[in-house]
Amino acid sequence: MSAVTDSMSRQRAATGLALIVLAVAAIAFPLVFGSPVVTNYAIYALIFVAVVTAWNMFSGFSGYISLGQAVFFGSGAYAVGIAAKAWHINGVGVFALLPLAAAVGAVIAVPFGLIALRVRRHTFIVITIAVFFIFQLMAFNFSFTGGSVGVSAPFLPWSPTTFNDRFYYITLACAVAAIVMAVLVRRSRFGLQLRAIRDDEDRARGLGVRTMRVKLVAFVLSATVAGLVGGVWFLYLTQVQPQSGFDPLFDLSLVLMAFLGGLGTISGPVIGALIVEPGQLYLTIRYTNGYLSEILLGALFLLIVIFVPRGIVPTAGEWLRRLRTRGRPAVAPVQTSTRAETRA
Amino acid sequence: MTVLLRTEGVRKAYGGVHALDTCTVEVDEGSVAGLIGPNGSGKTTLFNVITGYAKADAGHVYLAGRKITNLSPDKVFALGIGRTFQLTRIFASLTVLENMLVASPNGRAAARRRAMEQLDFVGIAGHHAELAGTLSYGQRKLLELAYVLVADPAVILLDEPAGGVNLSLVNHIADRIRELNAAGKTFLIVEHNMEFVMGLCDRVTVLDSGTVVASGPPGIIRTDRRVLDAYLGEDLGPEKAAEDE
Repeated sequence: MSAVTDSMSRQRAATGLALIVLAVAAIAFPLVFGSPVVTNYAIYALIFVAVVTAWNMFSGFSGYISLGQAVFFGSGAYAVGIAAKAWHINGVGVFALLPLAAAVGAVIAVPFGLIALRVRRHTFIVITIAVFFIFQLMAFNFSFTGGSVGVSAPFLPWSPTTFNDRFYYITLACAVAAIVMAVLVRRSRFGLQLRAIRDDEDRARGLGVRTMRVKLVAFVLSATVAGLVGGVWFLYLTQVQPQSGFDPLFDLSLVLMAFLGGLGTISGPVIGALIVEPGQLYLTIRYTNGYLSEILLGALFLLIVIFVPRGIVPTAGEWLRRLRTRGRPAVAPVQTSTRAETRA
Repeated sequence: MTVLLRTEGVRKAYGGVHALDTCTVEVDEGSVAGLIGPNGSGKTTLFNVITGYAKADAGHVYLAGRKITNLSPDKVFALGIGRTFQLTRIFASLTVLENMLVASPNGRAAARRRAMEQLDFVGIAGHHAELAGTLSYGQRKLLELAYVLVADPAVILLDEPAGGVNLSLVNHIADRIRELNAAGKTFLIVEHNMEFVMGLCDRVTVLDSGTVVASGPPGIIRTDRRVLDAYLGEDLGPEKAAEDE
């Protein structure tokens, strides 16, 4: 027993140490890599870390693969832009609109979820795609969204030399907050119920889980984070158009990141985002042919599905376990015993 | 004895097939009731109607006199009816202990304690940290029984608890049911293993084509002509049982 406790303590200490090193590295990153080109990569990567973590908090934990996360992301972006314009908010005061972006994401998620979460699997995916296109069309056609021109952000009076650094720390805070939220959800009874829904929703209902309520809360939580991060993204990019705010490739990228890293895990989607987003950005910038990154994304998705269908984190964990135990079972098998035997 | 669970004239059809036809079944409080019948006689459909997994076309279900017809499965469970399935349905990607906590209504520490007690009771406490998907079929049956017990339901519906498991595990499950019953739990059991049913149940109801053809103590059911015609085919008396062995 003490060996097990010692092993667990060592594991906790190692995890704690790794987290401290990561935190120091993340904070020091813009100090070490001062180039705006590099911090631009990091900002985009952190935006996607936050959004994919939020997406995973619903889709990864519940098994309901949503292709409608861009609805909340884009709406959050538009909400900040439209509100800033309507209320004549300028300068750093626009950051006070970020809670509005989160609220808009949450408010949209309620009716969206109430409709979409009544169905499962492929039908759910199709509904999320349909809602996504409805929002994109609305953004193209409504006058208050600026039609195809979109909406521009108010000017931020920040020096060009510190602009990216400031946004780096803002997006880092968003990413950390999203990860902490996902950890808390996963460790909670609510998170357990979500994972039970992923395995067998009907069985979970039969064990007292109010599945619709659990799914809807997770959906709204995920949308809230996406809306907020959409607002940050808009302020960084300083503009939003229908095709960028409601980009069909956005959700496909999220799915790819989560599958690459490990759907339903905490670290998997983070790793996926840190690999895919900078890679995608590099290809888009390096090769002006925008389709190349999309072709490579598709190829990467195929490779993942064929070679690491469970994702990097679960597969690596499995390999490490095998290596450590060298074929022996990690947990000593226990015979099913009667109570008398168990107590004897 | 008070009737704890009662279905009254329940009808259920799938397309043109009448799975249940004016089906009335009663389960006394503190008893172990058996539900037998040939394949397709409507036993599992009746379980589904009672637990909210299927909607009754007509008729009613009562728990302790309260009408619970067509309530959703989570509400039925909250009111005190737990069930297991013919083919085990566990949460394969969760650990055994996490499976237990899904159904637990208590706070964290109390829930864990109770969950471990129930795992110990069914004899798989040693597996609590393993993924449920790695358990053997028999162990899954025990896990299903254990996590239904976590919420302390008034009535437990077991769908073929002895199906597909070895004899020693069948006896182990039967012993656990007896212990729980002695502590006041009420059971309704669907089972094809006649020795299991006849040795365990106070009352046996026989379904055929969705209708109750007989109901009574096991001793009477064994010799009921309608039952023999509809299901058993022959008398499973002690002599015959010995012969079979």
